Amino acid sequence: MSEHHGPATGIQRWLYATNHKDIGSMYLWFSFAMFFIGGSFAMVIRAELFQPGLQLVEPAFFNQMTTMHGLIMVFGAVMPAFVGLANWMIPLMIGAPDMALPRMNNLSFWILPFAFAMLISTFFMDGGAPAFGWTFYAPLSTTYAPPSVTFFIFGVHLLGASSIMGSINIIVTVMNLRAPGMTYMKMPLFVWTWVITAFLLIAAMPVLAGAVTMMLMDIHFGTSFFSAAGGGDPVMFQHIFWFFGHPEVYIIILPAFGVVSEIIPTFSRKRLFGYSSMVYATASIAFLSFIVWAHHMYTTGMPLAGELFFMYATMLIAVPTGVKVFNWIATMFGGALTFETPMLFCIAFVFLFTLGGLTGVMLSLAPVDFAYHDSYFVVAHFHYTMVAGAIFSMSAAVYYWLPKWTGKMYNETMGKIHFWIAFIGFNLTFFPQHFVGLAGMPRRIPDYALQFADFNMMSSIGAFTYGFAQLLFLYNVVQTIRKGKACTDEKTWEGAEGLEWTVPSPAPFHTFSTPPTVK
Amino acid sequence: MTDITATKKKRTTVILLVMVAAMFGFGFALVPLYDLLCELTGINGKVVLVPYDAKDVEVDEERIVSIQFIAMNNSGMPWKFKPNHNSIKVNPGASTSTSFYAHNPTQNFMVGQAVPSISPSSAAKYFHKIECFCFNQQELESGAQADLGLRFFVDKELPKNIHTITLTYTLFDVTQKVASSN
Repeated sequence: MSEHHGPATGIQRWLYATNHKDIGSMYLWFSFAMFFIGGSFAMVIRAELFQPGLQLVEPAFFNQMTTMHGLIMVFGAVMPAFVGLANWMIPLMIGAPDMALPRMNNLSFWILPFAFAMLISTFFMDGGAPAFGWTFYAPLSTTYAPPSVTFFIFGVHLLGASSIMGSINIIVTVMNLRAPGMTYMKMPLFVWTWVITAFLLIAAMPVLAGAVTMMLMDIHFGTSFFSAAGGGDPVMFQHIFWFFGHPEVYIIILPAFGVVSEIIPTFSRKRLFGYSSMVYATASIAFLSFIVWAHHMYTTGMPLAGELFFMYATMLIAVPTGVKVFNWIATMFGGALTFETPMLFCIAFVFLFTLGGLTGVMLSLAPVDFAYHDSYFVVAHFHYTMVAGAIFSMSAAVYYWLPKWTGKMYNETMGKIHFWIAFIGFNLTFFPQHFVGLAGMPRRIPDYALQFADFNMMSSIGAFTYGFAQLLFLYNVVQTIRKGKACTDEKTWEGAEGLEWTVPSPAPFHTFSTPPTVK
Repeated sequence: MTDITATKKKRTTVILLVMVAAMFGFGFALVPLYDLLCELTGINGKVVLVPYDAKDVEVDEERIVSIQFIAMNNSGMPWKFKPNHNSIKVNPGASTSTSFYAHNPTQNFMVGQAVPSISPSSAAKYFHKIECFCFNQQELESGAQADLGLRFFVDKELPKNIHTITLTYTLFDVTQKVASSN
């Protein structure tokens, strides 16, 4: 075998891929495809909610839409997108030649298409796809579930295994393959946030696997984990689910924090303000995320002491998150700012994510949560953190590193058009949902009272606008790859720092075969 | 790649895999932990499903606690199920008997299981059952009826602010479950 071999040709390059850049690209394209599938379900939801009354779909199908939209967006779009980004960028950022476990990397990607093929195939089965919400509370997901729930359970097992393998790979890479001189406290923040995320995944995903295994046994093997008739308890399902589910939301958002912490300093032409406080804040958020799960369950009849504990612990998360927001603002303060597309997405991220955090603090208050619980206010809250948080930062990341990946520059005007349509569409969709939620509109319903009609119509128009903006995004990416202006500078952005900007653009198949020395 | 790095990589991978296995086990350990926590603290209104070993207990003649009984059918359970007394007054420490009425109006043999819950939940650990039909499954032939017995007493240590305890039974149809496990 020669020392410098290129990629294999044809389909074999992808099937047998062990190169971190190839696997990263596959992850990114896969998540992009899932983003459009999950997005099309959201369009069905918003089209049905355009007017009160039942117009387009049956309520049972509507429930399948809300369920699958949540599942595919969380597990198919956002998580693989950040794993793809980690595959591409972490070796480049720490000066490693590749990921530490390339074959496992291949396996963890190739499991995903099978997991989601299984999940999506449930639409064509008797009784339809899962319709019990992405949180799949028992007994809705056990006693009253459609037969396809078994496929859902195996799908969750597979994608859980994929995430766990991806996380192990990232931790092993970062702990063992850093270039000489790259101490932990010199690592780029994106690497730091991903290491912490990987530990969250390792702690949380096996618990999810346990929960779905218990469901499987309840459904097929006559156990009664969640069935009160046999001495089990459905409320226990919620405890186990949210023990996974709350860390999960930080699994989604922490890599986004990392991306933003890379991009804002570049376009502010300043170093990141408070690097070490960022690291400690991320670690604190990760720790706190494991002791706040029951704030999703205030209305289950917890004792007062429990409500108080989970309320105070939840409010405490605002402190490290606030540290991060202040650091991003302090980084921009006094900097020589320019507003390229990645920077626009990041500024929108800081602004909108903080709004989502504010409604999060409102929801953390147990007494008022009794009113907000399961209303559209909750929907508005988590879309401000998930869409304006994770998806906006992912869009920023794609524009920011696209020249490094492809050696071509995207069209700045098109990028800005994408940003503004997405920004306006997003706010038009989700801002009115705060109002209808506070006025009492419940989530996950296909029909609603007449007084919510105007705001829902606004929401739907916003959603179609936001959906259109994503088509522009796809067009921009494809056009850049096909006929973007060549951009072969090692350092695409004037203010960019870090090892990834010392390799040629596009990044060659093999980088850092001899490790760089970090001063 | 040097051998040292390869060994270190293997070590890190093994440690992480052990963590994954431990967390998978922890997910299942949450089940007994959850029951234990509910039992120790009496939260969730969960009631111990084994007979209370009644020792000689003193009766507090001074105090009167009202016990209310509620019977509910889980969805799809066709039995007629109700308490024979809706409410009784007892002295803490005095053991009391009452009963529930059950009737199977269907054409089939059926098995039911009653699951108790106590409200306020803080009273759960002071409510002792000496005998309860909820300790066993109830079998009723088509058209049969039965009085289901309950014998209990309230602990003298019951917090002073509790004057009324509500005991709810939810009746589940477990016919299929019993048939499939035999």
